[in-house]
Amino acid sequence: MGSTDVMGRTEGGDLRLVGLTKRFGAFTAVDSIDLTIPQGSFFALLGASGCGKTTTLRMVSGLEDPTAGQIFLGDKDVTDAKPYRRPVNTVFQNYALFPHLDIFENVAFGLRRRGFKSVKPQVEAMLDLVELGHLAKRKPTQLSGGQQQRIALARALINEPQVLLLDEPLGALDLKLRRQMQIELKRIQTEVGLTFVHVTHDQEEAMTMADTIAVMNHGRIEQLGSPAELYENPATTFVANFLGQSNLIPGTVETATDDVVTVSAHGRKLTLDAKRCRSVSGEVILGVRPEKVQLAVSEADVPSGFNALSGTVSDTSFIGVSTQYLVKLPSGEELSVFEQNTGREIQRPGSEVFVHWDPSQGFGLDGAQDIEAGAALDEEGAA
Amino acid sequence: MATQTASPAPISPAPIAKAPLKIRRRSPLAWIGDHILLAATVVIFIFMLLPNAVILVMSFNQPIGKYDYTWNQFSTEAWAHPCANQELCSSMGLSLEIGLIATLVSTALGTMIAFAMVRHRFKARSGINALLFLPMAAPEVVMGATLTALFFNTIGPGSLGFWTITIAHVMFCLSYVVVTIKSRLAGMDPTLERAAQDLYATPTQTFMKVTLPLVAPGIAAAALLAFALSIDDYIITAFTAGQRTTFPMYIFGSVQRSYPAQINVIGSIMLIGTMVIIAVSTVLGRMRATRR
Amino acid sequence: MSTALLDKAPASEAPPEDRKPRRNITPWVLLLPGLLWLILFFLIPILTSVSASVQTGNFDDGFKLTWHWANYADAIKPYWRQYLHSGIFSVATTVLCLALGYPVAYFIAFKGGKWKSLLMALVIVPSFTSFLIRTIAWKTILADNGFVVRVLNDLHILGVTRRLGITVGTHVLASPGAVVCGMVYNFLPFMILPLYTSLEKIDPRLLEAGNDLYCGTFQTWRRITLPLSMPGVIGGTLLTFIPAIGDYINAQLLGNANTGVVGQSIENLFLRKTDGYPVGSAMSVIMMVGTLVLVMLYIRKAGTEDLI
Repeated sequence: MGSTDVMGRTEGGDLRLVGLTKRFGAFTAVDSIDLTIPQGSFFALLGASGCGKTTTLRMVSGLEDPTAGQIFLGDKDVTDAKPYRRPVNTVFQNYALFPHLDIFENVAFGLRRRGFKSVKPQVEAMLDLVELGHLAKRKPTQLSGGQQQRIALARALINEPQVLLLDEPLGALDLKLRRQMQIELKRIQTEVGLTFVHVTHDQEEAMTMADTIAVMNHGRIEQLGSPAELYENPATTFVANFLGQSNLIPGTVETATDDVVTVSAHGRKLTLDAKRCRSVSGEVILGVRPEKVQLAVSEADVPSGFNALSGTVSDTSFIGVSTQYLVKLPSGEELSVFEQNTGREIQRPGSEVFVHWDPSQGFGLDGAQDIEAGAALDEEGAA
Repeated sequence: MATQTASPAPISPAPIAKAPLKIRRRSPLAWIGDHILLAATVVIFIFMLLPNAVILVMSFNQPIGKYDYTWNQFSTEAWAHPCANQELCSSMGLSLEIGLIATLVSTALGTMIAFAMVRHRFKARSGINALLFLPMAAPEVVMGATLTALFFNTIGPGSLGFWTITIAHVMFCLSYVVVTIKSRLAGMDPTLERAAQDLYATPTQTFMKVTLPLVAPGIAAAALLAFALSIDDYIITAFTAGQRTTFPMYIFGSVQRSYPAQINVIGSIMLIGTMVIIAVSTVLGRMRATRR
Repeated sequence: MSTALLDKAPASEAPPEDRKPRRNITPWVLLLPGLLWLILFFLIPILTSVSASVQTGNFDDGFKLTWHWANYADAIKPYWRQYLHSGIFSVATTVLCLALGYPVAYFIAFKGGKWKSLLMALVIVPSFTSFLIRTIAWKTILADNGFVVRVLNDLHILGVTRRLGITVGTHVLASPGAVVCGMVYNFLPFMILPLYTSLEKIDPRLLEAGNDLYCGTFQTWRRITLPLSMPGVIGGTLLTFIPAIGDYINAQLLGNANTGVVGQSIENLFLRKTDGYPVGSAMSVIMMVGTLVLVMLYIRKAGTEDLI
């Protein structure tokens, strides 16, 4: 009974996706993804709903058959393996705890199916890990959302899978509980050392928890990297808009050296690092995050070497921690500026200002991209 | 008209002429309007429950003559000797036998259909939905008459009897079984089966350990429904029975011959039995939900 | 800290081959036994009866397919009264069931609170005792010297109903009125259940919105509740009317020789006449076609997914 053959520990169990594709009729949900997730890392698949991240997860778990491509766990090709023959476990979005079994039996379920005769010590240890040992005899419906979530995690972890998949597990929790669970999950992953693959639409969550993030859009991976890399140096307008906010300024490249690229936009010359610019000729989109930008009342106050544009304040929002400005340029475009409230004077709407930033903080994107990509989605996905 | 000052000085309230506190009285008409729905409901409920009460009362009657229609005097005779009439009890036995077999077969077939309909996608869906709906909507006369005609045509008039009745009962119970189980199954979280697979349960194990326990109440309810329908059927049974007599057929015929109080006894037993089963299952359900 | 994790597929490589999808025969294995049973013992008999309706013969000599279409004339002409009675009784029953069932369903759905399940159980549970015994109980309730008849007599209602043809003579039993009373009693739960299901789904906040927008009690019901409960009304009406057309138990037990309905005639032709089965089949075909037309109209309005 049971399928213990694949359960043996293998060395170097990196999760590898090769050309993984899923089509539903004419619609391509996942478009030929190539990805390697190192063993032991906390990996996040980030994207808006419908981008294909959940479908990818389901293919890894075996609950969905790929249309094309392969999935490798270490050296083993598991593409054709049924879900109950893969050393992969899932924490489902709605927890999917078995209502007719008590907590103990829920957590023990996987062990029993694999033929373990004695499960008590493992179950008790796992319940202690999630600090819910006292609820062993209760039924799932008697637990709160947060408790159910931790039991779902325990039920999956107890099987020591090579990869643990989490399908937006924190979506149903309120804000405070979610923050708590984010820290918990990170702690458990570090303690246990398993590979976690976390699917979410919440970019703050992904950045808090993951070592590496893959941003998905329309079935493809837009960019892969650490949270800092993705945030500070986005590769596409989608990533720039989806992760936090960006000011995106279209312009034309004037000169490009090995170190510096000069762009003309709004009648001024703006510079940025050549290493952070992905397009060195023709149309380019110069991006800079709002918190990197500051306001000056007169051009004399702009530090030398900084990029500067003149405009009028059209909106001022006092958030508490910061003040958020919208500055309208003569061309009609609006730039966002987030200034930390360090005691500086707050500019009222209508004031003439100079927005300026350190050129090394800017990034350059291919000018042919859609400047609005990912912008509206971010509002939907925001926690 | 007083002007407001920047910081109002405390003002002592002028003494108010004490008026008697008026209790709002609603007109009798409004009271009737509010309660007319309740009154109507009570009256209609009495209408619906009266015959059951009458059956219970008349079972304790000692009838004058052959028909237990009018009250004569109190007697527990009928309860003491429920099978005083041999034919009555043997017809009941036949009904129970047929009911048991029809329930088993229709529940088995109906469960399979319900699973296929809820868990799988296929093209002939709406046609099959219609086919399952028709027996519930078709007049019993038509179903009974046409089925009998089929038996006449294929096997001959002598074929009517135990098996033709049973076949007919399975036929009309099937749709009800499917409906009952389908709704229970559709209400089950589909993620649970995927979770079981994710936790190393093979399809067989998933079915036995997760699906079946969760659908079992629905299957039980469907079986109970099929049994009740089978026991109580007259029209289709009358057509397909040939020489045999089931309980409802006996009752129908008894209107011509004699209507003993024992019939009311059995009617009361059926009612009380049903109420007991429902009460027990409700209590069991509540106990299961709150058990530590 | 990043490693080159995103492998770039070489541009010249052909896309990986699509995998073959798995064919699933499981649903058909599950469906076939039950469906075959229905096809064999429900569908085919109905089709067979069409052929039976144009046969002639009798039990002793056997029946032969002679295309005797005159059977249909024989099925209608002598029995026109029965068709009329079946129609009138079913319509009256359906209307009364709707009139009586709607308030009950409304009450339970909106004012039932935590008693909802209990009340609905009270509606349905009585149906679980033999309906024949329950119908015969009406013989006791409506007995000539019983409480009900005496009260009706004293209130002079009996005189009015006699003039309208609803009751006969000085009694209530053995009259069209008694038949309809029995039918309404039998079919009321079938009307209440779909109505309740439909009314229960209505969000009470919609009614509050109606009040907020100047609807009084009646207007709220007419403009909001009624339209939203229409699926239940249609379902209940059909689930009452169609069985009512074929019902003859009530007519037999509570009626008289002048209240005959179609079902009794069909039973008679099939079971008590040696040569009646072709004409009986013709009558069932007629009844079935009528039912089918109504069901089709219903399916057109409501689609098939909500049927079962």
